[in-house]
Amino acid sequence: MPHLEIADLSASYEKGVDVLSGIDLQVERGEILSLIGPSGSGKSTLLRVIVGLLPPDSGRMVVDGTPVNFHDKRSLRDLRGRCAIVFQQYNLFQNMNVMRNVTIAPTKIKKRAAASVRAEAEALLEKVGLGDKHDAYPDELSGGQQQRVAIARALALKPEILLLDEVTSALDPELVNEVLDAVRVLAGEGMTMVVVSHEMGFVREVSTRVAMMDEGRIVETGTPEEIFDRPSAGRTRDFVAKILRG
Amino acid sequence: MDYTFQFGVIAKHLPYLIGGAWLSLLLAFLAFWAGAVIGLLGAMGKTFGGRVLYRVIDVYVVFFTNTPALVQIYVIFYGLPDLGIVLSPFNSVLLGLTLNCGAYLTEIQRAGFQSVRREELEAAETLGMSLWQTVRYVIAPHIAKTLYAPLSNFYIWIVLGSSMAGIFAVEELTGRAINVSSSTFRTIEVFTYTAGIYVVLTVVASALLALIGRHAFRVKARIF
Amino acid sequence: MIERIVDEIPRFFTWYNTIFFLQAMGVTLALTLIGCGLGSIFGFALVYGRQTRGRLFTPVRVLIVGYVEIFRRIPFLVLLFIVLFTTEGFGVRVSFFGIALIAICVISTAYISEIIRAGFEAIHRNQWDAAEAMNFGRVATLRYVIMPQAWKVILPPAFAYFVMFIKDTALASQMGVLELTRVAKIFNDRGYSAFLTFGTCLLLYFILSYPLTRFGQRLERRLASSRNR
Repeated sequence: MPHLEIADLSASYEKGVDVLSGIDLQVERGEILSLIGPSGSGKSTLLRVIVGLLPPDSGRMVVDGTPVNFHDKRSLRDLRGRCAIVFQQYNLFQNMNVMRNVTIAPTKIKKRAAASVRAEAEALLEKVGLGDKHDAYPDELSGGQQQRVAIARALALKPEILLLDEVTSALDPELVNEVLDAVRVLAGEGMTMVVVSHEMGFVREVSTRVAMMDEGRIVETGTPEEIFDRPSAGRTRDFVAKILRG
Repeated sequence: MDYTFQFGVIAKHLPYLIGGAWLSLLLAFLAFWAGAVIGLLGAMGKTFGGRVLYRVIDVYVVFFTNTPALVQIYVIFYGLPDLGIVLSPFNSVLLGLTLNCGAYLTEIQRAGFQSVRREELEAAETLGMSLWQTVRYVIAPHIAKTLYAPLSNFYIWIVLGSSMAGIFAVEELTGRAINVSSSTFRTIEVFTYTAGIYVVLTVVASALLALIGRHAFRVKARIF
Repeated sequence: MIERIVDEIPRFFTWYNTIFFLQAMGVTLALTLIGCGLGSIFGFALVYGRQTRGRLFTPVRVLIVGYVEIFRRIPFLVLLFIVLFTTEGFGVRVSFFGIALIAICVISTAYISEIIRAGFEAIHRNQWDAAEAMNFGRVATLRYVIMPQAWKVILPPAFAYFVMFIKDTALASQMGVLELTRVAKIFNDRGYSAFLTFGTCLLLYFILSYPLTRFGQRLERRLASSRNR
């Protein structure tokens, strides 16, 4: 049974203008699936649908054998209990320091004991290399640091599936690696991940599978080798060629 | 629950009420434009004048913006006759509202002046613009953009504020509403119609202002 | 005229009259505080209702938008008359103070809800997204994420609105509420000169309004320069 299964899913921001159409996707447990494709192809939108921020117009999504009902609060809550997302713009809560950003959802929303959440948060921040920044506020941190806090915050939710939405594209080039390193550590731990990224070297290195998207559709899926070395779809070939040249 | 609504009875008084609405608009219009002139002089005095002038204008602005227009008009209407100056109710209200507008519009227009930055004036000078060109292409658009939204809001405010004239038996919309309600005793209906007319007046004014703003100043204004 | 005022002053500023004026000042302040205080609570509720989603709540949203748009376009004086005559017409006995209070509430709710909405809209969309993705409910999102950031945007204009309403309550004198303007009018009707009675009245309004205006301006500057926390 796939961990995450999406069948014939379409979504739009405005009625009639499909941003995603007929998406079929299966992600196995422990798999790291990367979504690549030109900007505007619907990659980020797909992640927003998966985490329940944008209800699809049609189609099915099944997580761990349970179908998701996007119009039912309980079902959405259950979905978001399993998935966590890291946003391109970090989206850290500006009014909270690093520690509180990481602990707020586990303590206030999941109502877990503060002491154990804090201990976990300390470990997570250590893991992303920010053990000394507990009391800093987002506006005192660099983009790379903020994004690592965002990763720790997502992990504190103990998700089964982690969604990464272009986590490095808002960063200055010299900060990209510190964030990618944090993701590499997670990749080694066998968590199911769906990654949207423009860092092709990174995609090739960590992904178990790659899906190429264009104009709201998935045009091709395959192993990184298949996609990058032997792309079959014309659009994938163009895209990969452009990336390699660029 | 012993009140039966009879909106129909009041319908025949509608033309009379709408006639009053014209006077409301006139009052607001006159007070606004006379106030705008005072405000422009005040803003220029505060920006370019000396310390003394600044203080004098400031006292005027602070006094009129921190006291109720109604009481100011009371002083004009009941007080000025002691000095031998007798103004009609309409003129008393107009004078009061104008002085009020002048004070608020001084502050609003001063903010417009301040939005023009020195760097931009220097840039205009470097480009060899004449004084007229500088005003036309640099200063005016800036002021228009900064002022447009607060001025529109203020205009609506003064239309609503003109209802105060009814207290002095001026036959504008509210004054006429008081007349009709005391002759027909259909008080709720009369004032509901009156409120409706004010809503229409201000919605039309907002829509017109939004149109003007969009075309003349390229300001994207919400009508609502 | 000056002699007349000088002549009247000892008779005017008696102990009793001074207390009368001070009490009226208290009524003016109470009208503003209670009216706008309740207006803030209701205004917040309107914003909350306006944020509902789904077709089920469409009527609620339409009603709220209609309420806000209409009651910001009716003069306070006209609304006072409507409240007065409606309560009378339906035989509900409400004090003059109560009538003024209801009218203030109705209008301030509409204005303050717009101020609060603008404050919420000033908070970046990504803060709402992050909260939603982390399973925050609407109440939790407002409590932990939005309000701690938005209050700095909301407070200065809301405070300015309160202070402005101190002046607007003068119209409640037409309903017979014994607030500052009414009391000044009573003295004027008793034959004291208009400059003396209304002058005193203006001065007392100024004493209420000016320090609060200055405080509001300082508050605005402080909050604008403070960092986001």
